Amino acid sequence: MLDIAAQFVTGLSIASILLMVALGLAVIYGTTGVINLAHGEFVMLGAYGAWFAQTFLGLGLIASMPLVFVAVALLGLLTERSVIRWLYARPLDTILATWGVGVVLQQAVRLSAGGELRYVAAPHILDVSLDLLGVSVSAYRVFVLVVALAAFAATWAIIYRTALGLRLRAITQNREVAQAFGVNADRVYSLTFAYGAGLAGLAGALVAPLKSVAPEMGTAYVVDAFMVVVLGGVQSLFGTVASSGLLGELSGFIAYLSNDTIAKAVVLLAVVVLIRFRPQGLFTRRGRA
Amino acid sequence: MPMRRRTFLKGAATTVAAGTGLFPHVWVKNTGLAYAQGGEIKVGVLFSLTGTTAIIEESLHKATIMAIEEINAAGGINGMRIVPVEEDPASDPATFAEKARKLVLSDRCVSVFGSYTSASRKAVLPVFERQNNLYFYPTLYEGRECSKNVIYTGAVPNQQQDDFVPWLVEKFGKRWYLIGSNYIYPKEENNYCKKLLAELGAEVVAEEYVPLGHSEFSSVINKFRSEKPNVIFSTVVGDSVVALHRQYRAAGLDPETMPMASLTTSENEVAAMGGDAAAGHFTSAPYFMVWDSPENQRFVEAYRSRWGGDKVTHFVSEPSYFQVYLFKQAVQKLAASDITPPTIREAIKGEEMVAPQGRVRIEPENLHTWLWPKIGQCGSDGQFTILKQSETWQEPDPYKAYPNQRCTADGLKEV
Repeated sequence: MLDIAAQFVTGLSIASILLMVALGLAVIYGTTGVINLAHGEFVMLGAYGAWFAQTFLGLGLIASMPLVFVAVALLGLLTERSVIRWLYARPLDTILATWGVGVVLQQAVRLSAGGELRYVAAPHILDVSLDLLGVSVSAYRVFVLVVALAAFAATWAIIYRTALGLRLRAITQNREVAQAFGVNADRVYSLTFAYGAGLAGLAGALVAPLKSVAPEMGTAYVVDAFMVVVLGGVQSLFGTVASSGLLGELSGFIAYLSNDTIAKAVVLLAVVVLIRFRPQGLFTRRGRA
Repeated sequence: MPMRRRTFLKGAATTVAAGTGLFPHVWVKNTGLAYAQGGEIKVGVLFSLTGTTAIIEESLHKATIMAIEEINAAGGINGMRIVPVEEDPASDPATFAEKARKLVLSDRCVSVFGSYTSASRKAVLPVFERQNNLYFYPTLYEGRECSKNVIYTGAVPNQQQDDFVPWLVEKFGKRWYLIGSNYIYPKEENNYCKKLLAELGAEVVAEEYVPLGHSEFSSVINKFRSEKPNVIFSTVVGDSVVALHRQYRAAGLDPETMPMASLTTSENEVAAMGGDAAAGHFTSAPYFMVWDSPENQRFVEAYRSRWGGDKVTHFVSEPSYFQVYLFKQAVQKLAASDITPPTIREAIKGEEMVAPQGRVRIEPENLHTWLWPKIGQCGSDGQFTILKQSETWQEPDPYKAYPNQRCTADGLKEV
């Protein structure tokens, strides 16, 4: 019984990391339709941002998080302005373009920060274990869960409770009509892309103390993020939450019952089968253009 | 087949040697068949400076270059300079093979120093066997290879485990959890480990492999909690090592009662995970940076003054360094006109030297190296404390897990 509870909490923790990594992608993909293969590199930049802040500015992880968010968001903005905005009419070409951006970012980090693995310390106050559902769990993992839920709540509020979000939803439904009503689609897209990149950066900073920080770390995350978004349904924020919860619990339990190699294969297979019979994902919103 | 090829090559070599004796100027000047000419000996240096394993291979490259510079500064080999031809195989096995072919065939290097991963060694092996050239391989690896064209200066499973496993059983207990990355190296190490454990009457409670590059260990850690093993025997490699240690620590497990015993955690990985996460765990290796010997002090100081004060030396960079000296000792015994890969192989058999880790020796039978395994425990400052050194140097036996096979000077024998 305790084992099942422990494994459930573990699944939640895996899910929170998935959600954090996928949220930025869900925002970008769901609204602009851009398949951003550089998403993993934004995650990686966030991790390096946390490392930089800690090593050169003497900032702890929590203090560096807003900084990392802003810095990676600005870089996202720059990417959108210089590359992505010319390709909105050609969504397939964005795959190649963003992949190229990803390679450039990866090599830029390797050349400037070096190829070795980097160390980012977890905040000292979170260096303890908490009791959750009768299970002892690391405080840092609980912190990740809380931040992921907060990031989700903030994203939801921006899309459904602000003027920017209203414009964004209008553009998503029908860009031409929205523009005819005076919505500046270019500006909204830029901001959305920057916000999504910022979220990815935040995710990178959050995973840095649990995992390792290296120039190629992004590749694994971009795969996870796409799996979550595609399974959840492209335009559904709640779908993203539900599918990260599902994938987290599923891979956690299978890894516990058998091993991580099998878990990875089974989860991918399950997603493939599901997409075959439900190509729109688990959750869909009505009223798409 | 290999016998016949070797006989043929020997014959060919004799013919060439005879020809050189008769018309030396024709051969040496025009076709460049002699390996040592103009007071220079060309060797290849084949470590990745870009790509995924560049992180570690760069340090092997630096150790190799430093040894070559030192030898040249001290007058070279019998007055001849070693000239390194450097190639970057970009962490890609196919590129390794291509660059190896270039070094051996068009640059006519007499030997090549290179490789970190087994995959890259396996990729270049056919090149060196077909051209009967020599490859110096510095990494600890899974054994079970018996090539006459590779000099292996890293540890094989029996050298890292023969002292380590019984010591851990006695100190911590008989319930073992084996965890590794999912490829050949961890599986071969675990094969040998299981054999030792069976002899000691110890029990393997689980044997598990995670995908290469895996970074989410929370389910694995739950299994540690429920199985409560005495020892976690880890052959997880690369950045997964870092994630495993950090998550182990974050989960609040205690190295006092459930230590991780690793064959792959070096000063490099410890620097990336932080001393806190590494503290209390054990590693077995022939070399640690803190090893207290005059040779090692000199090595570490020279390395840092050449490449930077923050650089670390580790159990693969040390063999990268001393194997160049073994090469030098072998070549020194030969006359300049006799220097060829096969004569170097014959000359290096049984060659000894005092390396930073202690006195090492090339085993004539299998071309592996006699080494001094040590057991280190990591402290929170990120450095190891050496708890035990083996009483004598350990014989390399690449087929120890397979008692019916033996690597001999004539190739692999079934017994």
